[in-house]
Amino acid sequence: MAARKLNLKQKYGHFTRGLDWEPSYQSKDDIFPFAKYEGIKVHDWDAWEDPFKLTMDAYWKFQAEKERKLYAVIDSMAQNNGQLGITDARYLNAVKLFIQGVTPLEYQAHRHFAHLARHLPGAGLRVAAQMQSIDELRHCQTQIHTISHYNKFFDGIHDFTHMHDRLWYLSVPKSFFDDATTAGPFEFLTAISFAFEYVLTNLLFVPFMSGAAYNGDMATVTFGFSAQSDESRHMTLGLEAVRFLLEQDEANVPIVQGWIDKWFWRGYRLLTLVAMMMDYMLPKKVMSWAEAWETYYEQAGGALFADLARYGIREPKYADVAKAEKGHITHQAWTIFYNYTHAAAVHTWDVDDQHLAWLREKYPETFAQYYEQRYLNWRDQANQGKRFYNNGLPQLCQVCQVPMAFTEVDDPTTISFRVSEFGGDKYHTCSDGCKDIFDHEPEKYSQAWLPVHQIFQGNCGGATVPEVLDWYHINQGADNMDYAGSPEEAQWEKWMEGRRPAAPMAAAAE
Amino acid sequence: MPTASLNPGYSGPVRDRVENFGGAQLVYVHWEGHNNFCSAITLPLPPETPFGALTAEILPSLYSVDPDWAEVDLSTARWMLDGEDWQPEAAKGIGEQGVGHKSLIRFWTQPSGRA
Repeated sequence: MAARKLNLKQKYGHFTRGLDWEPSYQSKDDIFPFAKYEGIKVHDWDAWEDPFKLTMDAYWKFQAEKERKLYAVIDSMAQNNGQLGITDARYLNAVKLFIQGVTPLEYQAHRHFAHLARHLPGAGLRVAAQMQSIDELRHCQTQIHTISHYNKFFDGIHDFTHMHDRLWYLSVPKSFFDDATTAGPFEFLTAISFAFEYVLTNLLFVPFMSGAAYNGDMATVTFGFSAQSDESRHMTLGLEAVRFLLEQDEANVPIVQGWIDKWFWRGYRLLTLVAMMMDYMLPKKVMSWAEAWETYYEQAGGALFADLARYGIREPKYADVAKAEKGHITHQAWTIFYNYTHAAAVHTWDVDDQHLAWLREKYPETFAQYYEQRYLNWRDQANQGKRFYNNGLPQLCQVCQVPMAFTEVDDPTTISFRVSEFGGDKYHTCSDGCKDIFDHEPEKYSQAWLPVHQIFQGNCGGATVPEVLDWYHINQGADNMDYAGSPEEAQWEKWMEGRRPAAPMAAAAE
Repeated sequence: MPTASLNPGYSGPVRDRVENFGGAQLVYVHWEGHNNFCSAITLPLPPETPFGALTAEILPSLYSVDPDWAEVDLSTARWMLDGEDWQPEAAKGIGEQGVGHKSLIRFWTQPSGRA
């Protein structure tokens, strides 16, 4: 008798639940020790429906095809000096932030989804986590391969994993993910798969990838596209996982709501870095942060939370604050980086007239009134040979770890200072959102490794800035300081000089 | 609400205990109206530091990169310590005038600032 071919559903069944078994000599609680302590109640794991029904064999085939395409593009870019096709060397600072800040998070995600693939009690969810774990490792690798090409020509990306663990601004993404991976499995799923991948990921990927396309960076566009079909799978996993938890038991609703509130705010604060990149680092702009926030959060997120209302879920707490701040945070973040460019592995620069005009147009209610004069002053100072750098070290938020530069929602000239007491010590936070997170779990956030405080404890290579920068592995005078006068600028100008058409004979004779 | 954890009574090392700073305590200072300095500035200061040393040496070393600083008269500044109005005396140590570990000092000057 000829072998019958299984249909997709049967195949999926064999490859997921078919590989599971009922334990006979160990209790399920011992096998899955992380499943219950967060208070989440699941009555029927079989009710989990994988929205994709992707089997491992199909997954390998599909991913292998994407890999072939990706590496063909990377090879061709390397052979054709693709780095010369970008709009300007300033653009590369967006890529630097990406590899320093985001790529290590892909690796962390790989590791923690592998953990979930072992520890979630349902076979369907475990298989989904397994695939996502492999996806994340692939994203990390493809990003490293892409960016390694730029590393041959530009500064600041030569030691990104080391920098990720040490630099003050990279503690923002690092601590975000450390927070998630030290939470239980269901909080992690809500944090990463739902709040970040589903609600906020478009704000990370679309601006980066569109920004790359607008600015001639085909390599980044290519890994972006290669990751995108995975991202849509991850987003759906996030939404389905949250729905599953909400449907399993009413008691899960307030727990999940608390996580949505927390991780919306954590993710939003993390995105400040991306927001700044969009408004300040792209020579050719895609859209402003405020426009991106309106499209990808206010509209898309509004519809999502309207849909989840039937489970008793409301919009994240402080979404209104994020909305109210959208005309401010990018200028405040650029101010941070401009202040501390001497201690960063990215460049900043004075904002030119064309860029000022764009900012005035995109931020008619805030830019001219609150920020433009600051930039004009800085430009004056730089023109007098006194480029402004901050000689002190910033106060950091205990939770998001961003320097405390954010202002009161109703008063953009006053820094928003919040403070909590715990165990006889003070803890400062940048906002009601971060203060709530601290107050909910002070025993967790009182352990935060705040880069500025670590420097003053003597744990970062020495007491002087050059010693600390050595400890960061910042190549001083190349990776850091203003773009104007940097070796990178000089090199770029030289390359561009070589590519400009020669002056016509008549002009040359004059 | 305590952190949900596998083992009851979860806690960890408090990383920024005052003992970890070699005799200093952390103090944050912020010059209001001058957000060109992106945030408050963190300083490790022994509690014996006279307030006068803060105004005569430390603050100028931080803020004189702003041209406004040259016109500032700190003797007329308004001070706030941890959210309360504060009238510090130059000769006394900051510790004996209420500045503790991770205290926040904010001050307002004339001219009030343009950035």
